[in-house]
Amino acid sequence: MSFVAQKKLTVFDWVNYTLLALISLLCVFPFIYVFAVSFTDPKVYVPLQFYVIPEKWSLAAYQYILSTNTFMNALGNTVFVTLVGTVFNLIVSFSLAYALTKKGMPGRNLILNFVIFTLVFNAGLVPNYLLVKELGLLNSLWSLIWPSLTNAWSLIVIKSFLESLPSELEDSGRIDGCSDLGVFLRIIVPLSMPAVAAFTLFFAVSHWNTYFNALIYLSDSKKWTLQVLVKSLVIDSDSNGVGQAGSVSDDRVLPQETIRMAAIVLSMVPILVVYPFLQKYFAKGVMLGSIKG
Amino acid sequence: MKSATQFNGATGAAVRRRGYWSRLGGRMAQHKYMYLLAFPGIVYFLVFKFVPLWGLLIAFMEYSPYTGILGSKWVGVKFFAEMFRDERFYLMLRNTFAINLFGIVFMFPVPIILALMLNEVRHEVFKRLNQSIVYMPHFLSWVVVASMTFFLLSTDVGIVNKLIASAGGEPVSFLTNPNYFWALLTLQNMWKEAGWGTIIFLAAMAGVDPQRYEAAVVDGANRWRQIWHITLPAIRPTIIILLILRLGHMADVGFEQVLLMLNPLVISVGEVFDTFAYTQGILRGQISIGVTVGMFKGLVGLVLVLASNYIVKKMGHEGIY
Repeated sequence: MSFVAQKKLTVFDWVNYTLLALISLLCVFPFIYVFAVSFTDPKVYVPLQFYVIPEKWSLAAYQYILSTNTFMNALGNTVFVTLVGTVFNLIVSFSLAYALTKKGMPGRNLILNFVIFTLVFNAGLVPNYLLVKELGLLNSLWSLIWPSLTNAWSLIVIKSFLESLPSELEDSGRIDGCSDLGVFLRIIVPLSMPAVAAFTLFFAVSHWNTYFNALIYLSDSKKWTLQVLVKSLVIDSDSNGVGQAGSVSDDRVLPQETIRMAAIVLSMVPILVVYPFLQKYFAKGVMLGSIKG
Repeated sequence: MKSATQFNGATGAAVRRRGYWSRLGGRMAQHKYMYLLAFPGIVYFLVFKFVPLWGLLIAFMEYSPYTGILGSKWVGVKFFAEMFRDERFYLMLRNTFAINLFGIVFMFPVPIILALMLNEVRHEVFKRLNQSIVYMPHFLSWVVVASMTFFLLSTDVGIVNKLIASAGGEPVSFLTNPNYFWALLTLQNMWKEAGWGTIIFLAAMAGVDPQRYEAAVVDGANRWRQIWHITLPAIRPTIIILLILRLGHMADVGFEQVLLMLNPLVISVGEVFDTFAYTQGILRGQISIGVTVGMFKGLVGLVLVLASNYIVKKMGHEGIY
């Protein structure tokens, strides 16, 4: 809304701005607290003292946590699942979605209807668990990759994006002698880069944040992902919660809170780093999804 | 004569059929690369979405992991009958309904109000800054949100309880008192998703012709009247569609969220179908019970979603499916 005529801030504006500022503060408050405690020097840390900025900065909690095998292991597992899972997600989703745009393809409606059916009904978590078990994927990181190779919502959004591309480009590619595969790889994929970017972020965030599947499929703590580890450190923690995190026995020196909050911060750093991109592309993705193709 | 027509008819059909099959074969050959592209996705849906549907048969048998589905004994609807007799079933039904009711009454209007507030901001930088901040929690995992909740609200390490104590109050067991559980889930949801939920409303608001506001100003309408008579009517269809679709998800609860916040003290208000299926079916190995409960929830969800989508379509809007 551009009101050139009304530039003066009214009481309405002041109230509105103040309320919005308070809401934003409420949103960032937990972040600030967790950040501040995680960077506080353990020697001066007073439990339950409210910090906005650390009294004395220190990386001790981070040094400790990054030196533990458990954490580094979980980090490695999470990075593996996120990278490999996202690449597979993109390949499978875009190629199936492109095939589904071909209205003349025999069997297309059958596939499409089944995809839509999975959007409204699924067998529930026990049958899915049994399947993963039967496939021998329990305690394998692939159990976080194969069962979520693609999903109906993404396919439908990508399909409607691909349908919005001008079909003349495909025709011109064909005239130039490209096969269907060539058209897909040389014309469709390069034109789909905005959607690829959005879905790269979407798939990556969803892999990074997955908790429940990792919890049920990976019981071996060597295979744990960051989310499972953070949950066990913070929520299941009792006095020996962090003791399990490493072989070093000096965890008596470091207050538990600084370590636990450092673990939380580390588990969300990648998300916060890509956040500016996330915001831009995700907001577009949401709108893409709401406009039905 | 009669047999001749039959004969002719049969050949005609055969020719037509052959024509159909050869055309189909031709179309399939024409799309051979499409099948190649679709192949991994099709295999995925067959293996990970279609095969588990057969697992639903387990709800009707005394399943033993050693004999598998083929070797297990059929028991008909025994587990369904047991489920309907179990008082925990009605507890789960109530909790699912209550958590959703809290969500609809207290959470649903929040993104609308927040979007209205953001829409009234004329200072672009302030608006964008606010949007960036309120969208952010959406991208965090439930584990992170639950961990932060723990450091804010628990009685031993929660900073809020520390503040209450320093103000001379008694510590409040936010996380273990059943009275607070539904409100706690709703507040977490609000913190995480309210900002993100504004996007769709802001987009609808952006579609309003600015001239309508200018005309309203000329007519002497203040800001409240502009919101009431122009902005809200403009987003009314969006609100109605989203509300109906939300009602279609009454069988769903944020499963990871509930599981993370659940503890023995709040199990009576926090147990829902998915958490029950998880603890009974996976942790305790009572596979058939877990499948039955999951199937019940899935079927109720299916009916609700189809009904809500049907209503949206009846109202002349495009449905989701």
